[in-house]
Amino acid sequence: MTRVPMERKVLNENDRLAGELREGFLRHGTVCLNLISSPGSGKTMLLERTLASFEPSRRVAVLTGDIQTDNDAQRLARYGFPVRQITTGGACHLDARMVTSALAGWQPDAIDLLLIENVGNLVCPTSYDLGEEARVVLLSVTEGEDKPLKYPATFHRADLVVLNKVDLLPYVPFRMDLAREYIRRVQPDVEMVEVSCTTGVGLDTWRQWIDARAKAS
Amino acid sequence: MHEMSIAASMLEAVQAESTRHGAHVLAVGVKIGELSGVDSESLQFCFDALVQDTDLAPLALHIERLGWRNRCRQCAVDFAVEEYRTECPQCGSAETELASGNELEFAYMEIEET
Repeated sequence: MTRVPMERKVLNENDRLAGELREGFLRHGTVCLNLISSPGSGKTMLLERTLASFEPSRRVAVLTGDIQTDNDAQRLARYGFPVRQITTGGACHLDARMVTSALAGWQPDAIDLLLIENVGNLVCPTSYDLGEEARVVLLSVTEGEDKPLKYPATFHRADLVVLNKVDLLPYVPFRMDLAREYIRRVQPDVEMVEVSCTTGVGLDTWRQWIDARAKAS
Repeated sequence: MHEMSIAASMLEAVQAESTRHGAHVLAVGVKIGELSGVDSESLQFCFDALVQDTDLAPLALHIERLGWRNRCRQCAVDFAVEEYRTECPQCGSAETELASGNELEFAYMEIEET
């Protein structure tokens, strides 16, 4: 019996495809964001409000992942931008191969901003690089403020945490100061923005964050 | 539950390596960090379930779990993060960064030369 070293990542193949996607996005000046959260944290609503605020000339496209149904794609298609549903048929996360096939037929240089709504799940999407430039994790105030500690892997890889549904703060026992502290513990460098997709508070800051990325690319 | 997908990716990789080495693989070793988002027991279960139906069986999976360690940006000390306390135990700085714990990597294969 011989022991041979095997120094490579387990998800090497996904990482290779994600690398190809990232290279393509860079070449065409596309900013790609990967939105991750629990089911029901408001990813689709945030995307709806975001798309509604964009000029029709904005070159934005959306991929939305769900285990079943194309309900989200139908919701998002109302805003006039190209939207595709990725139905994983059971898989609890998107992977780079699914994104590659979903993008087929779209002109890569015609998209400046690609928003990917991952499957609602705070664990599994974490391990899968989709070639995104930044990861956005949503945490809504109807969830526990200790979620960053319960799911550190996900929050650790976040570039931005959107604290959503802040209009409900008067009605729920969510402590924003604790949530922020817990997020910082697992990711000291993360940016945070508080928003309400119902009242619209914070959405300007969120859009500015996107625009700053778009300008930098 | 993405451990099934991960186990499937592992078996694909081992199959390719087995062909490349022209050898029968007895065991594969992986490193799983505490922050990798992968549950070791679940991965072991999925791996054992999937491997049965392949010609790699019997194939053992050795999992080495790695804890969460941070490094201080001020004094450079490397320390184990316990109870989510990420501040530096030596100088008290809150400016610390991940040193290890997000691994999801192969480490080695044990092969029988044929």
